[in-house]
Amino acid sequence: MNALYGLFLVCALALVALMGVGGAGLTGLFGIAIPYVAVAVFIVGFAMKIFDWAKSPVPFRIPTTAGQQKSLDWIPYNRFDNPVNNRDTVVRMILEVVTFRSLFRNTSAHLGKNPQGGPQVAYFSEKWLWLAAILFHYSFLTILIRHMRFFTEPVPWLFQKLDWADSVLQIGQPALYQTDLLIMAGLLWLLARRIFYPRIRYLSNAADYFALFLILGIVISGIYMRYVAHVDIVAIKQYSMSLVMFSPTIPETISPAFFVHFFLVCVLLIYFPFSKLMHLGGVFLSPTRNLPNDTRINHHENPWNPKIKPHSYEAYEDDFREAMVEAGLPVVKQPDEAGAEK
Amino acid sequence: MSLKPEELLASVDYDNPPKTEWMDTPNDFSPGRWPYPAKVDLHKAMGFKHAHEWRPDEEDWHLPENWKDIVHQGFKERLDKYRSFKVFMDICVRCGACADKCHFYIGGGDPKNMPVLRAELMRSVYRKDFTMAGKIMGKLAGARVMEEDVLKEWFLYFYQCTECRRCSLFCPYGIDTAEVTMMARELLHEVGLGINWIMEPVSNCNRTGNHLGIQPHAFKEIVEFMCDDIEEYTGVRINPPLNEPGHEVLFITPSGDAFADPGIYTFMGYLLLFEAIGLDYTLSTYASEGGNFGFFTGADTMQKLNAKMYAEAKRLGSKWILGGECGHMWRVVNQYMDTMNGYLQEGSNLTTPRNPITGTVFENARQTKMVHIAEFTADLIKHGKLDLSPERNNHLRVTYHDSCNPSRGMGLLDEPRYVIKNVCNNYFEMPPQTTREQTFCCGAGSGLNTEEIMDIRLRGGLPRGNALKYVQDKHDVNMMACICALDRATLIPVADYWAPGVAITGVHEMVGNALNVKGQKKREVNLRGEPLEEV
Repeated sequence: MNALYGLFLVCALALVALMGVGGAGLTGLFGIAIPYVAVAVFIVGFAMKIFDWAKSPVPFRIPTTAGQQKSLDWIPYNRFDNPVNNRDTVVRMILEVVTFRSLFRNTSAHLGKNPQGGPQVAYFSEKWLWLAAILFHYSFLTILIRHMRFFTEPVPWLFQKLDWADSVLQIGQPALYQTDLLIMAGLLWLLARRIFYPRIRYLSNAADYFALFLILGIVISGIYMRYVAHVDIVAIKQYSMSLVMFSPTIPETISPAFFVHFFLVCVLLIYFPFSKLMHLGGVFLSPTRNLPNDTRINHHENPWNPKIKPHSYEAYEDDFREAMVEAGLPVVKQPDEAGAEK
Repeated sequence: MSLKPEELLASVDYDNPPKTEWMDTPNDFSPGRWPYPAKVDLHKAMGFKHAHEWRPDEEDWHLPENWKDIVHQGFKERLDKYRSFKVFMDICVRCGACADKCHFYIGGGDPKNMPVLRAELMRSVYRKDFTMAGKIMGKLAGARVMEEDVLKEWFLYFYQCTECRRCSLFCPYGIDTAEVTMMARELLHEVGLGINWIMEPVSNCNRTGNHLGIQPHAFKEIVEFMCDDIEEYTGVRINPPLNEPGHEVLFITPSGDAFADPGIYTFMGYLLLFEAIGLDYTLSTYASEGGNFGFFTGADTMQKLNAKMYAEAKRLGSKWILGGECGHMWRVVNQYMDTMNGYLQEGSNLTTPRNPITGTVFENARQTKMVHIAEFTADLIKHGKLDLSPERNNHLRVTYHDSCNPSRGMGLLDEPRYVIKNVCNNYFEMPPQTTREQTFCCGAGSGLNTEEIMDIRLRGGLPRGNALKYVQDKHDVNMMACICALDRATLIPVADYWAPGVAITGVHEMVGNALNVKGQKKREVNLRGEPLEEV
């Protein structure tokens, strides 16, 4: 049901663009107003979210330690899974963000029987989610960067090379981008596991499907334009450059298919800061990963630390003095002293 | 547990979750699914407001009239105080990597025990109350209104989380359900809902210095009893100082070690060790607890209870503190102690710990001034300062259970292994997916070690118990060592159920058995009083 909500919503959005541009001719709205608003909402929303997180302090150092601590000199410690300084913590973060290291650890638990017929839980390495996530994210990044050639003139060397590398296999005309295939594979896998894996279906809500369908919609409309509809690339570049130069003009030859693609991208930009997609920013701020495990070594400040004192020894002794004296335990005040004070 | 292990396993089904969506699945408050509520006077005495009589299985929980405001305000306050909480509420993508990492889910199959859904119980309310998308889109954005049933659901499931952090290890963003559970429990306490198995130890610890409510004279008696046994078994008389000022080291261990089998044998191991090396130390009855059940109610209570360690070290003029084998005590020491209680060190004699026997300076404890006994003993062994006869443990075929907190909240993995391998000759590791940082909980940490939820505990104990069974079948393992006093209590029913025939021990019990102490007689029995010839 949640999947259908997501699919329905994305289809509706595509239709809105198609009708808005193709039917009602609202090219100004879809070609100029919405893109500018979307970019503004994305930048401001993203920054505000980060600011909002950063506003809350990190009162305690709570890294999840994934390896041996630094203790005695002769015990080798795991510097990147249990770092004690900022440099190693940065390495840990880079490995996390760039290689999805925690996800790489993923296992799946299976219930079965051991050779004796008794119950057994077995754990198997489970890399599919990691693989799909890696495929999706890196393809998305590559696609995003190679799209920059629409927004730059002259096109920087890096963007040109990336574009060349992505189509290096030179299959078909126009040459097939490998990332177009890979991102589809990644997305479809992520979608399939939400739909067909009972446990994951159970925990997925409409927003999870919406994000997947939205990006899938963007990818499919992009592929359609490049390989099927053969839209007027020169006109689109002319248009995108005009947006970047803040003097927007919309050439007549741009087909409505482009606006479906472009509108969905705008929706993604607007949706981004208010959704789980903000994990892009949040992963850098997660206190279980971005802090060294060094609170036994160095002082760490809690800005709101209340000065809560223990139930004092004096009160404790007052409570148990007679018994302590009788048991021969040392006391600070003898019972007669304490009695005299009362 | 009424079910046999095979029957229990047959009742677990990951592939057929309830027909209803999780938000619409009603709470099940049948007996055995919830710990007993805290006694009102204990709850009140610790300064919690709105303490009241209630029962989880009754319809009316007698909540304060403005409970929704209290929860909302408390929620907001914690979002402002903890970045972890705020970030964790926002960035989960529900990828499900954590789903089958929780022992309660693996052994029970209830989808609300998947860490992602457990946290969603709070996130749904967060979205409704604190995010624009949730306010506008409601259920489509995964938001829901805070109702009495939601609060009841919190109670049910945040007391089926042992804050073991295994999910956090596998989460691509490091989302730590323990943080979420801590916040949920704090909010539950704010409206007067706590459980007795946490509140009673907290209250005891505050007044008497330890969870069990052992008063000073009784504590002394217990220590003397243990010394009597040591004398009987080894011929060596030990008279450990209690509450004495002027000693170099203050030794603090969880009171579970002074309470019952097999903890007391571990305690006897500590005493023998200190005697053997002539350590200048004292015990304290006022700070007779290293464990900290305050951690399971909220930050303030944790701080209050933990403060005693520094207060006592200062009063007695100790130079540093040595800490015994305890799980969450060490998470608190490693991640919270100096930050929240560090200021109490001012004016004390506390200094960077130095092993007086080997001269090793514990630079890794420069700030907290607190050393873990596994580090301490490993250092002694490495420097050849202990005369050990590991063959006295030859009847043992040992495996080691990494306790969750020292593993994922500290990284104490190799020190205890080094000690064990030096004091016994037969050591076997459980499968790698179940040890070190990937270790599984005993199923009853974070204050859930209570009889009335034994079914849940044994289900939660499945992954640990099953890994144990594996090495029992393969290597005839008959002893599981651990460095957590709670483990020493909770793993016994887990082992009896899942791997009958395996006993539980602390690491320093085995040290005590292997250790030769000056003036000892021929050791004919171990610290359990079992004749060494026969075992």
